[in-house]
Amino acid sequence: MKYTYFPGCSLEAGSIGYNMSTLAVSDTLGIELKELEDWNCCGATAYTSITDIQAFAICARNLALAEKEGRDIVAPCSACYTTMRKTNTYLRTYPEVKEKVGKALAAAGLSYGGGIRVVHLAEILTDGNGTMKALGEKVKVKLAGLKVACYHGCQIVRPGGGFDDPEFPTALDRLMTALGAEPVPFPMTARCCGGSMIVSRREIALHHLYKILRCAADSGAQCIVTACPLCHLTLDAYQGMVNRKFGTHYRIPIMYFPQLIGIALGFKPKELGIEKNIIGSKNLLGPYSK
Amino acid sequence: MPTEAPAKEAPITQAPEHKPKTFREEVWSIPGGEAIKLCIQCGTCAGSCLNANQMDYSPRKVIAMVRANMKTEVLKSNSMWYCVSCYMCSVRCPRDIHITDMMYVLKGLAVEEGHVWKRGRTSNLAKGIVESVNWYGRVFEVEMVINYFFRTRPWRLIGMTPLGFSLLKKGRMPLRPHPIKGRDELRKIVQAAGELEVKP
Repeated sequence: MKYTYFPGCSLEAGSIGYNMSTLAVSDTLGIELKELEDWNCCGATAYTSITDIQAFAICARNLALAEKEGRDIVAPCSACYTTMRKTNTYLRTYPEVKEKVGKALAAAGLSYGGGIRVVHLAEILTDGNGTMKALGEKVKVKLAGLKVACYHGCQIVRPGGGFDDPEFPTALDRLMTALGAEPVPFPMTARCCGGSMIVSRREIALHHLYKILRCAADSGAQCIVTACPLCHLTLDAYQGMVNRKFGTHYRIPIMYFPQLIGIALGFKPKELGIEKNIIGSKNLLGPYSK
Repeated sequence: MPTEAPAKEAPITQAPEHKPKTFREEVWSIPGGEAIKLCIQCGTCAGSCLNANQMDYSPRKVIAMVRANMKTEVLKSNSMWYCVSCYMCSVRCPRDIHITDMMYVLKGLAVEEGHVWKRGRTSNLAKGIVESVNWYGRVFEVEMVINYFFRTRPWRLIGMTPLGFSLLKKGRMPLRPHPIKGRDELRKIVQAAGELEVKP
């Protein structure tokens, strides 16, 4: 399988571990990822808050560049995935958006015919084309006994029509089961972490984070697995602040799902960027990564 | 709060043959925005909203107020600024209203019409991200966050240093931007798109 890879701004900064583990894992699973040349930021949810046609247009630049390569885009970041997929859908559904975005692209000598799909990394691993089976066969270290809370976050399965149920997605649970790990019941799986407010309204975001951490801890999870750079940043880097605010003592490691896949495939934690997580996971992963 | 007379509502910037759009017409001119007319006021959006308890008016009330043309009240409220774009309301809405998109257009209108405070937090964060993208082509997080605190609450930067330091130590906070090669190309697109933006 060949895809154009769209890492996004987070994966070259705060979520570098997601990038490292994605590349390591996809290589082993025979998924060829070629980074999109000179990609620009998708604008996430912030750009559309100020203007809409411009926000669609900057996403369309990436889609137009990818169309030249002729491969579908795979984005590990939930926000990049949702924003670009939404742009793609709106370009197809609303002729007035298509016309305006087309004119904006033409100003830079680009055009987009709508022939590119935007997919998520978790989607290509779970969409029933045999990748899951191949993954199961390649597992070297079964993650037996590891209790994980699979946290999908909000963007990846919404707005509707994504690759999984918008309220109770199970893609990560299925992946973790294939690795031999044990997903715990986790009703908060598709709740928003409040990440977009972590800078501007921190007190509110911390409250949402507390609920998610408490839910995971009460379900007996030893770690939280996530598919979103922002969920990871908030749960990992702000866990200390949650503890101070709510008088709790959580030290729950937060992992990107390809990091755990990588462990099961026999990679060292260092190769997957796991030591870059703020909450350490040496004791947890020790038995699996000798 | 004062209610505006409909005659004064929108400045005339369009071609003379068009009547100026009323507030509700502006909101339902967004892609899929017409669905707002179909709202049955069931309140599923308000019940699904993570931050409805922080809002001056819940999403359900905002829809009712948009339909009643209560422009100033809506744009001066904090409601849309507490929307975290989680899309839960949109996927649950029985009438398929793009509520998150409606919140986006309300944010944009509030900024455009000067209804946000100069030190407004979420608005400044969004503006900062837009500036960073338009300048480098990608978000340069450190600069964006520092700019944000200087514009809103500079003293809060001190409290952020331990977190910044631990990210820096882990190699998760690059201190140099990664500008793209096609910056001029991107700016042309942004400029051209800006001229096509629906203006009230």
